[in-house]
Amino acid sequence: MSVAGATGWVGRSIRRLEDPALIAGRGRFTADLVAAHRVRFVRSQHAAGRIAKITAPNGATVITAADLTDVKPIRPMLHKFDYVPIAQPVLASERVRFVGEAIAAVLAPTEAQAEDAADAVEVDIATADAVIDARDALADGAPLVHGEVAGNVIVKGTVETPEFAAARAVAERLVRVAVRSRRQNALPLEPRGGHAAFDAATGRITLTCSTQTPHLTRTAIADLLGMPEAQLRVIAPDVGGGFGQKMSLAPEYVLLVWLARKLQSSVAWSEDRRENLIAAFHSRDQYIALEGAFDGAGKLVALSADVIANVGAYSCFPTTCAVEPLMAMVELPGPYDVRGYRCSARGVLTHTCPMAPYRGVSRPVITCAIERLMDRAAAAFGLEPAELRRRNLIDRFPYVSATGLTFDEATYVETMELAVKHIGLAKFRARQKDARARGRYLGIGFSTFSERTGYGTPAFAARGMEITPGWETVEIAMDPSGFVEARIGSSPHGQGLRTTLAQIIADEIGVEPRLIRVVHGDTDRTPYGFGTFASRSLVIAGGASLLAARKVRGKLVKIASHLLEASADDIVLEAGTAKVAGTDRSVPIETLARAAYHQLHRFKGEIEPGIAESATYDPPGTFSNACHVAIVEVDVETGGVTLEKFLAAEDAGRIINPMIVDGQIHGGIAQGIANALLEEIVYDASGNVLTSTLADYLPPTVHEIPPIELHHLETMSEATVTRAKGVGEGGAIGAPAAVLNAVNDALAPFGVEIDEMPATPQRIRAALRAAEKRP
Amino acid sequence: MSDERDIVLTINGRDHAVRVEPRRTLADVIREDCGQTGTHIGCEHGVCGACTVLVDGAPVRSCLMFAVQADGKAIRTVEGLASGDELSVLQRAFMEHHGLQCGFCTPGFLMLVTGVLEREPDISDEDLMDVLASNLCRCTGYQNIVKAVRAAAAELRAKP
Repeated sequence: MSVAGATGWVGRSIRRLEDPALIAGRGRFTADLVAAHRVRFVRSQHAAGRIAKITAPNGATVITAADLTDVKPIRPMLHKFDYVPIAQPVLASERVRFVGEAIAAVLAPTEAQAEDAADAVEVDIATADAVIDARDALADGAPLVHGEVAGNVIVKGTVETPEFAAARAVAERLVRVAVRSRRQNALPLEPRGGHAAFDAATGRITLTCSTQTPHLTRTAIADLLGMPEAQLRVIAPDVGGGFGQKMSLAPEYVLLVWLARKLQSSVAWSEDRRENLIAAFHSRDQYIALEGAFDGAGKLVALSADVIANVGAYSCFPTTCAVEPLMAMVELPGPYDVRGYRCSARGVLTHTCPMAPYRGVSRPVITCAIERLMDRAAAAFGLEPAELRRRNLIDRFPYVSATGLTFDEATYVETMELAVKHIGLAKFRARQKDARARGRYLGIGFSTFSERTGYGTPAFAARGMEITPGWETVEIAMDPSGFVEARIGSSPHGQGLRTTLAQIIADEIGVEPRLIRVVHGDTDRTPYGFGTFASRSLVIAGGASLLAARKVRGKLVKIASHLLEASADDIVLEAGTAKVAGTDRSVPIETLARAAYHQLHRFKGEIEPGIAESATYDPPGTFSNACHVAIVEVDVETGGVTLEKFLAAEDAGRIINPMIVDGQIHGGIAQGIANALLEEIVYDASGNVLTSTLADYLPPTVHEIPPIELHHLETMSEATVTRAKGVGEGGAIGAPAAVLNAVNDALAPFGVEIDEMPATPQRIRAALRAAEKRP
Repeated sequence: MSDERDIVLTINGRDHAVRVEPRRTLADVIREDCGQTGTHIGCEHGVCGACTVLVDGAPVRSCLMFAVQADGKAIRTVEGLASGDELSVLQRAFMEHHGLQCGFCTPGFLMLVTGVLEREPDISDEDLMDVLASNLCRCTGYQNIVKAVRAAAAELRAKP
């Protein structure tokens, strides 16, 4: 960027431009809107079966699949890896496939009346056998969730590198681990919700909804309802967290638009927490079995993986349910140098809530698996876990991985050394020994990982995706008063992107961030784009912002060179003025803006009117990286785990706003700790969700999250134009493995290993009891 | 349900005369009938604390209280924390320390802590952490909420 260091805006922890409204209670969230009709959904209480009869109470307005003959089912597409396309009707028709699936919608003037009416709808379901666990779904004769998907395997990827067999054959030592990650809910604090309103003047519908992807939502709904996209406006207002759950299309939103068109009125639905826990998208439910083949020096030479991802009952739009198993397959070797690689990754249908991306997507689980493998291998070789990693981490760049990914420059070894230094490993080992002698069990766990971010179009195309969300466009306009508006296709919802993009633009065009308004989340006001997910927005929308701002800068310089009668090469933009370098001649930037609009005659036809530029960025992709360390104490009597300390040394390239980066990492780590120890969506054998309140599903409070210490390195990667890498997901990717490794380190004297997340007190006690019974 | 009741909710010093069914929660009536949408609803079963308001000075989960129970009582919500454009010490601290990301839980945390610090200005740090454990935040990992709250508590204690 043109301005760096203390004089620029980039690199400074300026206060967020988002905060003044939110802090005063003036945010505008979806549920704040008033509608003529409230909608409640009647949801299936059975995991599998045929809908025999739906009986509506007298006088109630009840919509069922029979009314939706003009609505296409949701049918996400993938063109590779033996993917079998399956259809999800907006309301269940004929069959139900998970507890919580919407069967009917009820309308009433108030929420309470709608709930009363929904309770009075009777649904007769002829139940059928349900299959809940992915391994059970793979068994011969298991009930089929969709008749067209043989064996319930909806997608299957396999890879084997030419080096694999020979490398494994001569390896010194084979180390195996089988990791099980139970099911999580992303749990945004604001549940989902939508409000659809008909405009009588134009016949258009405005859908306001809690989404991360307003443009894709418009495309999807217009397609399903057979309407031109121009007739639908989608607004993402303030969104109370998403973490991925709000990037996939909610079938409920399709129905809201359909209802608003049919009634020529306004309708609204606010998801309640129970609906969110049982029927919003789930995540993480996977089995991963690894076998690592190591040479005599502890170097991993061949890795073999079997990935089984429970994808639930339907496939999510736009990514499809293949996103988890296929990402696992391609990224599983993580930050380690290994040429021999073999993997089988399957997505398996079950009668459970559909899976969709959640912060980290697959990588929290694959990182957990390979980091458990590394710790087991370290134990087998009698090495410190950090030493074994030292012998295996990638340290030459660019590095082309076994699966063909190009790793740009990063600091896998350096962040780990930084973490080892700051955590005080040697001192900890001494303290751990003393504690054990006194019957207290402390453990330390490391997790080193890469976070692939800024996925460009080719990365999605490689996966065979019908929709390849790899680029973003940013339009920047300066009005005649010199105020700047940047309109973006991304759709932030808590990440502070209005602030960070304003910082990037400010440095290019010489105006303060407070004079730059970043507009997002409205398909009428912003260029087409994909939204905010996959740690992509700062990389991709940030890159497009920089490129567009450079164009604006070019124009401002040209105008200034005319007005100041100086060479364009001598014009400097800073602090709201254009100056001729080395002179005292200057002109306020707002004067340039005035001239561009109102005094075009001054430029003799050499300047186009107005100041409005646009740029698109489609990056090659990059990798952030970090090393996480957790210190825990396990109470072997109760199985309870207490986190004493958490430390992360990370490298996300150039840091635009350190305060915001730290906040992203803190939040991700807290979710990763929850993944490792607390949160689990529990199904019973017949497919009922047993964790349908926040008293049963256990998100962490302040008591469960220890102080988090952060250290930063900044590798200026050539792979992105801003030199910034993404940082949204890393916390959630690395933390589970660090915690689980620490728990295992603490329990090492007992000879037990915990390879299942969350490591609840019950699971830890069960493992200890089993160990006590062993001879 | 026709047995509606006439009640008066005094919200941030202003009287709202509303007619409500007894079954309706204080949270719903504050938002829908009184138009104060800064109070957010996150779970409707008293766990997340996003709907926390002050009722006669005490933090209350407004999803667990019926509106009729608050008849005649003084209610404070996030909209009443600032004096004009001047933010409260706690609001300022949340901005300075990045104690909010999506902002959905923020009104609940602000009201919880405002109520507690007004009643117990000398509350111990340990007790303050117990208080913070009443509410859920999904974005911040609590690190910066803790920083903001500690800073605000110290600043308020230092004031004459």
